[in-house]
Amino acid sequence: MSRSGMLKGLTAVLMTAGIVLAFTYAPTATRPNFSTGAMDPWPEFRIFFFHVPSAWVATLAFLVAMVASIRFLMARDRRHDDVALASSELGFLFCALALVSGMIWARHEWGAFWNWDPRQNSVLILLLIYAGYFALRSAVPEPGRRARLAAVYSIVAFLTVPFLVFIVPRIMESLHPSPIIKSGREGGVMDPKMRQVFFLLMAAFTGLYIWMLSIRTRMERAIRGVGSI
Amino acid sequence: MSWLRGAFAILAKDVRSEVRTRAALNAILLFAVVTLAMVSFAIGGFGLASEVHASLLWIIMFFASMAGLSRTFVVEEERGTVMALRLTAAGGQVYLGKFLFNLALLAILSLILLPLFQILLPIPRANWSLLLGGLVLGCLALAAATTLVAAIVSQAGVKGALFTVLSFPILIPVLVAGVGTTQKAMAVQPVSSASTEIQLLVSYTGVMITAAFFLFDFVWRD
Repeated sequence: MSRSGMLKGLTAVLMTAGIVLAFTYAPTATRPNFSTGAMDPWPEFRIFFFHVPSAWVATLAFLVAMVASIRFLMARDRRHDDVALASSELGFLFCALALVSGMIWARHEWGAFWNWDPRQNSVLILLLIYAGYFALRSAVPEPGRRARLAAVYSIVAFLTVPFLVFIVPRIMESLHPSPIIKSGREGGVMDPKMRQVFFLLMAAFTGLYIWMLSIRTRMERAIRGVGSI
Repeated sequence: MSWLRGAFAILAKDVRSEVRTRAALNAILLFAVVTLAMVSFAIGGFGLASEVHASLLWIIMFFASMAGLSRTFVVEEERGTVMALRLTAAGGQVYLGKFLFNLALLAILSLILLPLFQILLPIPRANWSLLLGGLVLGCLALAAATTLVAAIVSQAGVKGALFTVLSFPILIPVLVAGVGTTQKAMAVQPVSSASTEIQLLVSYTGVMITAAFFLFDFVWRD
């Protein structure tokens, strides 16, 4: 079996298992009820298994897009530009998934779909940045120049991400839970079984991203090949 | 030294051609004045919370700068002088010259906008050193990012709209920090209360200028 075939199969197995196990094997999360002192069940918490891997893949995809952009500028090989475009599109998709799943969570936990929480804002701004990236690409007809300008913008845009993710939340108050895998106040929530399912789904989402990236990159390459005939 | 002299020569050239036409300055200033008038007619009669007041100042600054800061590169493309500039100066010199030019435009904008703002939407009391300091740092960050985006946009198709679309998302940290400093200044808080915002503005400017020096040649040279 080819490498991409193995990846495809592995991703399918991991994803199916992850989705099933997230609703069956992983125990329902609990949280302390401060008025009674007992532990209340917290079923909404399950969205975490899908929300966090989406956010992780979005970050990974934008990082890959930036690295591909740098490599394009250094080598001037259009194949790197294909990867940058494909990865930006996938990052956009997974970012939107993280935003929507986060909004569902926010509706349940904080009472409204949109709370102007810095995390929500930063994800929305990421979407705007990469929408700008696609707008820029569509506004430059000449392919070589398009790739060059888009690569520069992609690098500059990625440099602003640390400001949005790490510094702006220090200026504006955030309700977003701290990374739960770490120990700490919310650390008690993560049962070992939940942790296993969580890492299984992280792997499945990453595999899905790599698989989709290879399809989208090959597609872009084929389009470029047809265009040059 | 001769490298710096080249950058200043580009600044001098841009200032001279701006003095002759005043295209960018007129666009920016009129935009700012018209927006300010609109805003003050709409809400001037109400007492404004310092958060709203600070946001208005920065929104006017941002939109006014979108009206004119891309001119400096777009004009080179339109007049067909871009080739001559490519031949005579290195990329970094062009960036620095244009950055200083945009900074000068923003300085003039602030000098005219702030007194008018004070007349139409008066700020009752403020920590003025924090307010002005935040404005200066904000202008630096604004100029650093928009100069690079302007160079990108000048080579693309739909320049005007694209400049805003590409600039605003990457400028949002500046907007948040700028509004933060101004709001704290209007609440008469000490400079130390805005240390996170000030650090953000300074480091953002540093990151943008450094990135621009590395990346500008890729935008500038075909």
